[in-house]
This record gives sequence, C-alpha cells and structure tokens, in this order.
Amino acid sequence: MTIIRLALQSLSSRWFPALLTVLALALSVMLFLGVEKIRNGARASFADTISGTDIVVGARTGGIQLLLYSVFRIGNATNNITWKTYQDIARNRDVKWTVPLSLGDAHRGFRVLGTTTDYFEHYRYRSKQKLTFAQGKRFDDLFDTVIGADVATSLGYKLGDSIVIGHGLGRVSLLKHKDKPFRVVGILSKTGTPVDRTVHVSLEAIEAIHIDWKGGTPNPANRVTVEQVRQMKLKPRAITAVLVGLNSKLRVFRFQRTVNEYKAEPITAILPGVALGELWQLVGQAETALAVVSGMVILTALLGMMTMILTTLNERRREMAILRSVGAGPRTVLGLLVSEAGVLTFAGVLLGTIALYVGLWLARDIIDSAYGIYIPIQPPNQREFLVLGGIVLGGIVAGILPAARAYRQSLSDGMLVRN
Amino acid sequence: MKHFEVSHGETLLLIGPSGSGKSTFLSLLCGIISPQHGSIDILGTELTKLTAAARDRFRAEHFGVIFQMFNLLPYGTVVDNITLPLNFAPRRRDAARQAHPIETEAVRLLSRLGIDADMKAKAASSDLSVGQQQRVAAARALIGSPEIVVADEPTSALDSNRRDDFLSLLFEEISQSKSTLIMVSHDESLAHHFDRTIVLSDIATT
Repeated sequence: MTIIRLALQSLSSRWFPALLTVLALALSVMLFLGVEKIRNGARASFADTISGTDIVVGARTGGIQLLLYSVFRIGNATNNITWKTYQDIARNRDVKWTVPLSLGDAHRGFRVLGTTTDYFEHYRYRSKQKLTFAQGKRFDDLFDTVIGADVATSLGYKLGDSIVIGHGLGRVSLLKHKDKPFRVVGILSKTGTPVDRTVHVSLEAIEAIHIDWKGGTPNPANRVTVEQVRQMKLKPRAITAVLVGLNSKLRVFRFQRTVNEYKAEPITAILPGVALGELWQLVGQAETALAVVSGMVILTALLGMMTMILTTLNERRREMAILRSVGAGPRTVLGLLVSEAGVLTFAGVLLGTIALYVGLWLARDIIDSAYGIYIPIQPPNQREFLVLGGIVLGGIVAGILPAARAYRQSLSDGMLVRN
Repeated sequence: MKHFEVSHGETLLLIGPSGSGKSTFLSLLCGIISPQHGSIDILGTELTKLTAAARDRFRAEHFGVIFQMFNLLPYGTVVDNITLPLNFAPRRRDAARQAHPIETEAVRLLSRLGIDADMKAKAASSDLSVGQQQRVAAARALIGSPEIVVADEPTSALDSNRRDDFLSLLFEEISQSKSTLIMVSHDESLAHHFDRTIVLSDIATT
C-alpha cells in the first residue's frame, strides 16, 4: 500500500508535467469520443428523419441531393416538377398517398415549406411517428401557417402571431412578402428532425405570395392585394418534390421504374433508405479520415507521456537505487513505472470522458438547433468502451519502454548512485 | 579479495579511495549483484545460491543501508521514508511493531537520533537539512533491527562536529540492536570508532 502511495506521491511531486500529460490524453480522448458521438448522433438524426415514405420523387438529379433538399432541407433544388406531373404521379394505381413539397422561401433563416394537410397525415419520423401539435391545429385558411418547435422557441412565436415570409433562402431577406402576412395557427411538438426548423404553409399560399411577382422581384405595376388573391382560384404551377406512399412495398421498384421512364419531364424517384445508404458511403470516407486523425492524436498523446516518463528517468535513478537498497526488486521498479503510465493514461481517459460528457450536456441544445443533430447523452457504447480500454492498454504498453530502461538501469546501477 | 569475514555484532570500517570498488563490494554484499565466481555467505545463507528475487527479499529483511547523501525519497514524509524497508520485509515489520505501531517506532528512533520527532515526522524529507536527512536515513537503516547495517560514506556530506555526533548516535543504536556495522569510507581518522579496519585498496573485488 505504501508503495502505491509513494508512487502517487512521486507522481504528484512531478505534478506539472504529469498534469500536462493527462490533459493531452484527455483532449485526445475527448476528440475521439466527440467524433464518435457526433457521427452516431448524425446518423441517428438522419435515419430518424424519414420513416414510412416509400419513394421520394423530384426533378432529375442525384439521389443523395434529392433526399437532402427535399427531406433534410439542405441545399437547393435544381429544378421543379410541374403540377401536371405531380397529378400523374398521384393518379398512378400503385400510389396510396402523396405529399407535395414546395420549397424556396424562408422566414428569418427557417425554410418555408408549401404542402397540403396530407403532410400532417402521412409524414412520419422515427419509427413511423406522426407529427403532433404542441398547440393549435393544421393550417386551414390561405394565410395560416404551422411552425416547427425550434422556429417557435428561437423566434418566440406563439399562436396568433403574424409573420412575414421572406423571398429566397437567406437568413436576412432583402425582399419580403410584406403585403401578405401569415398567422400562426399551429405549433408542432419537437421531433428532432428538420421539421422543427420549418415553417409550413399551404401550396396555395406559396402561389398566392408569388402571384404578383415576376422574375424574382415584386411587380409594382401589377399589385394584387390580399382581398383580391382570396378571390382568385389558385392552382400550384410547380412543386419541388413529392413524398409517395405505395399500396404495396412490393411495387416499389416497378413504381420507381415508371417514374424514371416518365416521358413528359425528366424526373427521378428514390428510395430514402437507399439514398441514405449512398450518403453513408460518401460520408464514411470522411468518417474514416476523422477516425484516423483522432487515432493519431491519441498516439501523439501516448508518445508524449512516454517522453515525459523517459526524461524523468535519469533524475529518478536515485529514487530507484533507494528503493533497491531497501529490498525492492527490479520488478518493483518496472511495475512502478508501468503503473505510473497506467495511472496517467487512466486519469487522462477518465478526465477526457467526463469533460466530453459535460461539454456534450452544455452544447447539446446548441448543436441541435444549429445543425439539427440531436446527440443523446448515453454511456459509451461497446465500441467506445473498447477503444477507451485500448487507450489505457496502450498507455501501459507505452510505459513498458521507459520501465524496461529503468529496470536495466537499476540492475546495472545496483547500490551505486549516480548524481 | 581472497577472503572476507565479519562476525556478528562487529563494527568494521573499510577504507579505500574512490574507484577502489567499494560500491561494487557493497552491491555484492547486499546481493544486488551476483559475483562471477566465489561465494557469499551471510547469516548462514549462501547468497550466491539464491535467486535475484530471494536476494532482494533477503536484503530487505537483514540489511539496513545508508548512502553517502540523498538517502531519502524527497516527496515522502520522514515517517514514510523510515518505514520504507518494512514494505519489503514482513519479518522486520513484525519486529518493528512488537512494542507499538510502526509509526511510533519510527518516531522513537528519530528522537533517539536527536531529531524533534513531533515537528519533523510528517514533514517532507526535502525540507530537512543534510545532517537531519542522514539521521533519518540511519533511522531507516535501523528500524526493525536488521542484523547488518551497511553505510557508504554516510558522513562525507557532514562537517566534523556533525560527523562525530552522527557516528556516536549511530554506534549507540547499533550496539542497542546488536547489529553488525559495515561502513565504507576514505577517512582513516574514523578508525578509532570501529572494532576493525580493512584497507580496501589491496583487495581485488572481482
């Protein structure tokens, strides 16, 4: 017991380099765990975002891109599909339901989605969960809007508030649809998906706010007031994408082929799961690169520890000689140094893990609202545990080299104490 | 050296200039290194026939060692340093705590060696003066009454007054515990303290 206590005291007498070593290890562990957590959180968030939709149809483009802009609201649509095409899709005999999506405008940095009330019926997230309303109801009137949970909390909106939709997707819209304000009639419950950051209006409303616009700017000569627009028969001209549910899963590929061979307009149909798989393949390489980087950082920290122990070895020859003189075997000297490395690494791993969880707990909401990645605070999974254990093991192995050197020294020095 | 013998309870001074192989001799004696040939018999145990681990154990049980200087682990307290050998020597530990807990025994030895134990027992050993450090080292060598105390120029860092103080205290304790003292020095003037003096320059230690 005294030997362990003395080993700790010895370490604490060299507290500054020891602390730096522990900090370096802790940082490397934080990096590794952080990358792991964000990676898993991102995957889970993405995978949870769409559920129950068999097919997504959009203008002809890459599957990943279509999925990203239609479902995740990342990036922009290259092209729209016409209303007629949409109607053809909806009439297909394999199709059970459709949800048209129209994107392109924003409200103070939040995307505005034009859709139908079918959206609230058929859109599902996280193992087929339906959207639920925290307050209010679906949009009904032309200028009603239903906002996501994050929109409500970050902008402080409540039911009955009047909002103005900006033209285009910028956070600060120079052009606004000021003349046609919307009223908040519903606030959705938090889902942890991009829905939280979306402002939902009807397809007709999208049409209405653009009715007197031409070529991307309002046409002052041709103003249409709210009253006038209410009298008009609004029919959407184009939409961005369609979520499709089929009567039978077995028809997925047949339907996909039908869409891809659609003559009137180049459109494409994707299976969300397949597109996500492609996305993971793409992201996988970046993930591997990140994993390699965090591995290197861990290795660097371990090498740093080895250097620290090696450089103190010479000044500790006397300590070793004293221990030898009172009857400690060279194995004790070996064990002392190996366990010193083990203690340092373990402390680093522990500190890094604790720091990461504290950081995660503090930054979780910020990450969620900024990137839409919800990172659940869970104990390290098996893989993480294995790596953490591997780091401690690596630390012990890294301690063997200096320890072996001290072992040899104490064998040759014996009682002879060099200054 | 053809033959070297020391009897139980004897105090012996080995005189030799530096480089005469004194430290090697002490390492052999304490069983830290093994001779290439010849044999070492201590207290009826043939040291050369023991394994390295058994020799370490033997050293812990039967030897007390005092170095020239820097005898103490600087980060340990005085009591930690004194009781250090007992971690490796269960029998010596039992002997040390026969009368009272080992900490008390450490404090008793300290005060016998002229250090105000109440003030210094929990002090970090790096806070002590050189003379105090050597006394603490002596206390460490003496705790649990090992049969043999080996000292490698323990007084060379002390001035002559302190040297005499230190030696008389050491001899007092040695005779109390009936240990054998083997001290190495280059200072022949110490000879009158000892039962016997051997000049090491004419021995070949290998």
